[in-house]
Amino acid sequence: MIDNSTEIALSLQGISKIYGPSCPACIQKTGPEMGTNICPECGSIVACADISLDLHAGEILGIVGESGSGKSTLVKCLYFDLEPTYGEAYLSYYGNGRLNIFSETSQKKRYIRNHIMGIVYQNPHMGLRMNFSCGGNVAEKLLTADCYHLGKIRHRASELLTKTEVPVARMDDLPRNFSGGMQQRVQIAKAMANNPPILLLDEVTTGLDVSVQAKVLDLIKSLQWELGISMLVVSHDLGVVRLLTNRTAVMKNGRIVEIGLTDQILEDPQHVYTQLLINSLL
Amino acid sequence: MIKQIVDSRKDKGYNFAFIDEQAKREIRRKTLKAVAIPGYQVPFGSRELPIARGWGTGGLQITLSLLGPDDVLKVIDQGCDGSVNAVNLRNLVVETTKIATTLDTEEATIIQTRHRIPEEKMTGGQILVLQVPYPEALRIVEPSEAKTRVMHAEMDYSKLWVYLYEDIVRWGGITIGARYPAMVNKRYIMDPSPIPRWDVPKLHMADTLYLFGAGREKRIYAIPPHTEVIPLEFEDHKFRVEDFSGLSCGRCGSTSSFLDEIFDDSSGQKTYLCSDTNYCDRRLTGLAQRKGNARNDR
Repeated sequence: MIDNSTEIALSLQGISKIYGPSCPACIQKTGPEMGTNICPECGSIVACADISLDLHAGEILGIVGESGSGKSTLVKCLYFDLEPTYGEAYLSYYGNGRLNIFSETSQKKRYIRNHIMGIVYQNPHMGLRMNFSCGGNVAEKLLTADCYHLGKIRHRASELLTKTEVPVARMDDLPRNFSGGMQQRVQIAKAMANNPPILLLDEVTTGLDVSVQAKVLDLIKSLQWELGISMLVVSHDLGVVRLLTNRTAVMKNGRIVEIGLTDQILEDPQHVYTQLLINSLL
Repeated sequence: MIKQIVDSRKDKGYNFAFIDEQAKREIRRKTLKAVAIPGYQVPFGSRELPIARGWGTGGLQITLSLLGPDDVLKVIDQGCDGSVNAVNLRNLVVETTKIATTLDTEEATIIQTRHRIPEEKMTGGQILVLQVPYPEALRIVEPSEAKTRVMHAEMDYSKLWVYLYEDIVRWGGITIGARYPAMVNKRYIMDPSPIPRWDVPKLHMADTLYLFGAGREKRIYAIPPHTEVIPLEFEDHKFRVEDFSGLSCGRCGSTSSFLDEIFDDSSGQKTYLCSDTNYCDRRLTGLAQRKGNARNDR
């Protein structure tokens, strides 16, 4: 439950995702202290465990960590792509922050996905339908929110594509024929179509060349300033996190090992793993 | 020889309306469920029949399960009572039930049809049974049956809407001819079977019960009388029926019926005829009578 007096947009409480049979020892015998996320008793994989954090309204929160530390699992759980094994999440925009969104019906979950959240995946193939045109992709998000006016849909799509610097002339082209950076920007346009108050960004700049990367980061930053969207940014790139985020959580072996102001974490890391991470920066 | 075979079969005796009573009960139960949930596809155990699946077995099973000794049956295929498929289905029903059949839309209590709804307005006492090749309206956007069922359950129809959007963007209009998807009772999107767009508005708030049977795909669905059936359309891009303006039937002169285009190979000429043959015939006899009356008056 979210206390209404605070400015919390999203609150996660004890989210865990375990693949496999799972036993009582799973949580104790895995984690950064054990140096593994595979349970020695039953062989289950603890992708993430006991994740609790709050995302404030209008804030960008970063999640960093090595590959396999459970960052993407967490985001996918939040977008209902995966079902968490345990845990609760509350949205201030849904049911006054009193309803655990994971225990809602699939229709309600679909409503939350379509009206309250947007997601940008690392791989545009996951977020876009490659056999639909750019405009169609943006339209899909609008149609799920019951906008059945073709002119309005086209207007909104061209507005968003302009904002994300995709040439409007290419609105009716298939994203399959676009470069990676352009596909990523179409994905951002699609995610923002319904003005969602919360945006989940999963490794959005990975695999893009630096100039395109800079453009995408610029775009994200300006979206936050203009529209005050709360964002959860997952990245293994500390540069991206430094540029975008106010606060950062560091994950290892499926747990959060440290959370705090981004500057503080980058300048004065407390946890051994965070120190290693910062020192590994070239 | 053939007569002897037929006679010997008669001695062995088919059950009334061919299908056994237990199977008919199951089909009627599934039909009731379909009526209770307008537009929802109810799975049923499609029976083997002496015709191949895909040749109207879904519609035929519904018809056979509903027929009683006093029913009057009409069978049409693309609006025509005389096509091979319609004639054979009618013969099978008569052979196993001995009930009366008719070509007259008004006289019939049950009409089995393929690809058309009769031109004349049907009444509350009649049932129209439609043969359905593909019951799933979402199949064009989603090949998996498991996924389309979830989509129906969650009313997640955005993919089909995007398909229509893309159609308009790419071709300047919706290119779906027959099988135009419609929203039933504000809940389920359904495939009205391959009837032309012309016939889709007849499903809306009708007096008649419409039953849809897909034998190969093993699904029954229904539109009960007085149910809202709205073809999918955008606010600024409305649903349109086929345009026959300026054309008329070359036989009865009708300007308000669905017309088939007939092309004469030798002369290269195009003519148009009513697709509903019984409607055309009735108009002709009506016209003849009126002419006759006029002559008498004189």
